[in-house]
Amino acid sequence: MSAPAYPILIASVAQYLGRRARWRSAEYAFWAIAAATLVLLPGKHLILTEIAILGLFALSLDLLLGFSGIISLGHAAFFGLGAYAAGLFAKHGLISEPVLALLASGLLAALLGFATSFLVLRGSDLTRLMVTLGVSLILRELANRFDGLTGGADGLQGITIAPLLARFAFDIGGHTGYLYSMAVLFVLFVVARRIIYSPFGLSLGAVKGNPLRASAVGISVNARLVTIYTIAAAYAGIAGALLTQTTQFCSLDVLSFERSADLLIVLILGGTGYLYGGLIGAILFKLVQDWLAAVTPQYWQFWLGLVLVAIVLMGRERMGAWFAAARSLIRRE
Amino acid sequence: MLTILVDGIAYGMLLFVLACGLSVTLGLMNLINLAHGVFAMAGGYAAVVLVNRLGMPFAVALPLAFVVPAAIGIVMERTLYRHIYAKSHLEQVLFTIGLVFMAVATVDFVAGSQQVFIRLPKALEGQFSVFGIGIGKYRLLIIVICGLLVLGLQIVLARTRFGSQLRAAVDDPRTARGLGIDVNTVFAIAFAVSSGLAGLGGALGAEILGLDPQFPLKFMIYFLIVVAVGGTSSITGPFLASLLLGIADVAGKYYLPKLGAFVIYTIMIAVLIGRPQGLFSRGTGR
Repeated sequence: MSAPAYPILIASVAQYLGRRARWRSAEYAFWAIAAATLVLLPGKHLILTEIAILGLFALSLDLLLGFSGIISLGHAAFFGLGAYAAGLFAKHGLISEPVLALLASGLLAALLGFATSFLVLRGSDLTRLMVTLGVSLILRELANRFDGLTGGADGLQGITIAPLLARFAFDIGGHTGYLYSMAVLFVLFVVARRIIYSPFGLSLGAVKGNPLRASAVGISVNARLVTIYTIAAAYAGIAGALLTQTTQFCSLDVLSFERSADLLIVLILGGTGYLYGGLIGAILFKLVQDWLAAVTPQYWQFWLGLVLVAIVLMGRERMGAWFAAARSLIRRE
Repeated sequence: MLTILVDGIAYGMLLFVLACGLSVTLGLMNLINLAHGVFAMAGGYAAVVLVNRLGMPFAVALPLAFVVPAAIGIVMERTLYRHIYAKSHLEQVLFTIGLVFMAVATVDFVAGSQQVFIRLPKALEGQFSVFGIGIGKYRLLIIVICGLLVLGLQIVLARTRFGSQLRAAVDDPRTARGLGIDVNTVFAIAFAVSSGLAGLGGALGAEILGLDPQFPLKFMIYFLIVVAVGGTSSITGPFLASLLLGIADVAGKYYLPKLGAFVIYTIMIAVLIGRPQGLFSRGTGR
């Protein structure tokens, strides 16, 4: 309506958005290093695959927590659904091509995300926590009870993943798996980046800041939240499917509460709301976990808890100041 | 049938004693305390150590299972929790999850990861029948103790000076402060009592619920359901919610074992969607 009336304004907004969305040099460096690990660290590809998957999963939660202000304690629901879907697709030969199966799993998770998104629209933080937690517990319970389909507590066994694009077989060293995971992560990251820097992403920021005001300036808050929740669910589902495809195994563990809780920790370690938080957090988390598991195999959770308590007591703002340098390299405020 | 009902009531009463403190802390300080189960676990383990290791009689161990977590609670409140009241819900969740992780690992380290059992006195074992219904003696004891506690709590809340201060502080902390009520002290006491009650519940329930280091994680959702469904504005709400939950859970596990806990989660989500403030709340939007 007003578009033709203010051409200069429109142009300057477009210019601003364009400038905001420009890739920074630190971002190029980040992905260059990530690409270099493909060649330089062939012995570490298995753990790097785990990091990539965790990073993708955390990116998905960041879309909710960091960009839309939705707290979720049950994000593992979508991760687990994607993981089981990919496992079942492969086991029963429904969709044998991994990339297609990955997309189909993501789509299923998106459907569940869309269906449950209406549950998180209402109520306070506590209600959201409870509902998201409840959904993931229901899924876990279902997976546990319908053991004919999912294998129950023993996990889904006998999954063989067909070669990627009918050409590249998954090898024992995890090289194909790592290349595959990194490719998926990069593509989805670029998509997420487009979403966040789009006008839609800006409006999400407004919704996060103050839903009432956002709706007063004409943003349909609920539609925005439903959309981003669905997208985040799809991301989590794809991350879960990647895990099943690269490990050729899937157990109840993918739906556990600890997975959702760990994910929050990952995101808090890396920082929320600048897209790289999930990825950096995933690297930190896996390294710390690996190190702690080596030092105190049974009790590493204690130190994880201590880190959490310390982070909160010190104040995330103060932590944020340390990360501010890293952040300003990536995003200009 | 009636046996299930009695079991369900005993279970629900236990849940109430375990969870009622949570509704107080949530309502009073708007604090999401996922670590509430840690205090219950502390009470349970305290009772196990006192009875099994030190050979104390069960009746002596129970009050101590109240005192120990209450002491831990007051120390933690003064040193740690105090700092997070003003923080966002996300940070409270992270903080309390961190506490849960630490507690789980610590208990695992000290007591081992296997389930522990409390040695009950001979007098409490077995069943006796009333009108042809078999009722476990221990279940009956739980119902009696918890029933007395509920009555006691209700009287304290409704009749005493402290009770009215607490209710005032829950309703509106700022106004209560303005009227000269020392909300911080009221809260510290409430926190200690709620931790103590959780501990007592943990000790009583060790036999029925099972006690292992994963306890706070396993029952966290149950506590939250009680609070979410019952609301935080009174103790009758959580009480009815726990009874419902206890009976529904026992009956569900008996009649529909295939679905198990599924029923409860579904009911919870349905209630939360229909009435986000809880089933029995007065609907005061906070």
